[in-house]
Amino acid sequence: MNERMIEAYERGWVMFALFMILVFLVFIGYTLSGFAFYIPTSAERIDPTKVLAGGFPQPHVEEVGPGKYQAYVIARAFSFTPGEMHFKVGDEVTFFVTSPDVQHGFYVHGTDINVQVIPGEVAKVKTKFKRPGEYLVICNEYCGIGHQNMLGKIVVEE
Amino acid sequence: MATRVQQDAYADFPVKKVSLYYIVLAFAALTIGTLFGPFQALNYGDINLYPWLQKLLPFVKSYYQGLTLHGVLNAIVFTQLFAQGALLYLQSREMKLQPKMGVAWFSWWLALVGLVLAAIPLLANDATVLYTFYPPLKGHPLFYIGAALIIVSSYITIYLSVDLWLRWKKQNPGKPTPLVSYMSLVTWMMWGVAALGLVLEAVFLLIPWSLGWMKGVDPLVARTLFWWTGHPIVYFWLLPAYVIWYGILPKQAGGKLISDPLARLVFLMFLVFSTPVGFHHQFADPGIDPGWKMVHTVLTMMVAVPSLITAFTIAASLEYAGLMRGGKGFWGKIARLPWDNPSVAASILGAIAFIVGGAGGIVNASFTLDYVVHNTTWIPGHFHLPVATAVTLTHMGAAFWLIPHLTGKPLVNPRAALIGVYLWFTGMMVMGLGMHMMGLQGVPRRAWISNMAPNLKGAYAESAPYMALNAAAGVILLVAATLILYVIFATLLQGRRLPAAERPEVPFTEVISGPEGRRSVMVMDRLFFWWGTALVLVLIVYMPTLIKLLGQFVAAPGWRLW
Repeated sequence: MNERMIEAYERGWVMFALFMILVFLVFIGYTLSGFAFYIPTSAERIDPTKVLAGGFPQPHVEEVGPGKYQAYVIARAFSFTPGEMHFKVGDEVTFFVTSPDVQHGFYVHGTDINVQVIPGEVAKVKTKFKRPGEYLVICNEYCGIGHQNMLGKIVVEE
Repeated sequence: MATRVQQDAYADFPVKKVSLYYIVLAFAALTIGTLFGPFQALNYGDINLYPWLQKLLPFVKSYYQGLTLHGVLNAIVFTQLFAQGALLYLQSREMKLQPKMGVAWFSWWLALVGLVLAAIPLLANDATVLYTFYPPLKGHPLFYIGAALIIVSSYITIYLSVDLWLRWKKQNPGKPTPLVSYMSLVTWMMWGVAALGLVLEAVFLLIPWSLGWMKGVDPLVARTLFWWTGHPIVYFWLLPAYVIWYGILPKQAGGKLISDPLARLVFLMFLVFSTPVGFHHQFADPGIDPGWKMVHTVLTMMVAVPSLITAFTIAASLEYAGLMRGGKGFWGKIARLPWDNPSVAASILGAIAFIVGGAGGIVNASFTLDYVVHNTTWIPGHFHLPVATAVTLTHMGAAFWLIPHLTGKPLVNPRAALIGVYLWFTGMMVMGLGMHMMGLQGVPRRAWISNMAPNLKGAYAESAPYMALNAAAGVILLVAATLILYVIFATLLQGRRLPAAERPEVPFTEVISGPEGRRSVMVMDRLFFWWGTALVLVLIVYMPTLIKLLGQFVAAPGWRLW
């Protein structure tokens, strides 16, 4: 174990580290360019005090084309409205989610839909339901004493 | 007469006393924060002990209040106070200079006042906003004011460290800064850039809003400023442990540090790349452009490089130590390391945990992968490895020699310390496994799942085997914490002092390849230039987003929902 040997290993390790990071970044870029429509974007900024007073549509699901739906969801302490939504396998759903009070999470269990619901922002996120079943909708941001009970449901039928 | 004896203990080197005060206050905060930990682990084992805890401590109203205390005291207070004590001491010792003592004491008192002010609403359940205090959850103003004073105290320590460095430079023109001082100073400079986000959030949003001077705050602006500080704060917790791994551990293990210039390069990379990475905590946030999220992803990956170099350097330095101790072959060298020294074991086990934690961190920082784990128990499972294991265990290990060094009092019951260290590591690894796996199954973080409404009970039933791991870890960690904190406080409170000749020295390491005559070392020593570069880079990656958001400022009123 001498200085020169250590330096050679060290150079090799640094090169390996840099290469590994480059590979990770290429993978991220690939997923980003191809199919990352589950990344939440901002549909609009909104005054949170007006969400329940007509600034945001009444929570509902509407069909906007064959097999295409838009869902307007309000997350508030400590529930989601609509609390339960129904779709068919293969449906493409765009969710618009906002909060009139504090921050919440909108996480559809078993999917990549995982949104930070922030007062002042209408989050827009899209997914296609591929498997039938009951999906739990979980608030995964602390929002107060009843946070653990803030659950909703999405039912996907054949 | 008694007070004179007391003073004599620090007379040879006055900074000893203020450093000791920082470290004692740090462990006092850790003691309170840590004791809530097992209750949280049991919560994720589906065992709700809070009704029982409330009978014992009537001020505890909920899991969320305990969680806020746990996060604030352990992650924010303990780490900063320990860094203020240990880094300032090591730099002073290595430079053989005293910091401005009046200023150092003022800074300690400021931290104490801040801690007390913040503790009042925390204990009264008036600031149960967790340690991320995301508005528009609104805590009592004293909480924000107290937290701000703790940050101000850290800025005073930045000043003290820079001042020491400038004085040393004047005395030693043309010489490279000594290594441990360099690492300490760079840590403080990095924190100076990193903490600006939190300072802006506290001064312009949280404090005026909580006092009622502002109608509302913009939750996304506040989040963005919070994470400006919120990721690099992890490096501010971590770098003092790195200082110990680079500057102390090789010597304690019986070897030498492989390379001085490489250690400097690692710290310099942290100075530049630590801060412009916050958006990787906001991948799930609407309102931040995906293009900027990708820029932060690339920079986050860059900041993995100095940690990967550290893994190599520390492992090579330990291999050298194993060789010097007569070890042969791969396992032989490992076996010869002083695994029965609680201080060495704490550092090495901490570093091992950091490898696992770092790998998980790469997952979190991978933009498109993060949605699988965002805000699940994967996240606390992750950060308990770098923070609660690597950093905390290393600091505990350092306390085992630093407290005897500062006070002259011998370590009480090293055997209990050793058992505590191994149990702490075991408990954290078991909990880490449980929480990572539950996170992959979608269980949300920071949720009182052991207290769900009766009709929702069983929502996370598929995670039952991993919940059992959390419950077991809670018990193991309670035993570990009791042993370690007993050793630390029993050492402090005993009357016995060693004669001056028998007191442990600071085990500064020697190096195999030094800084002498290297041009690169002198370039890296131009720290004001690098500090400025770090600041410019942060402004470049944050200003476009912040300016855009401030142009459409949303005024969200506050809520108290706990």
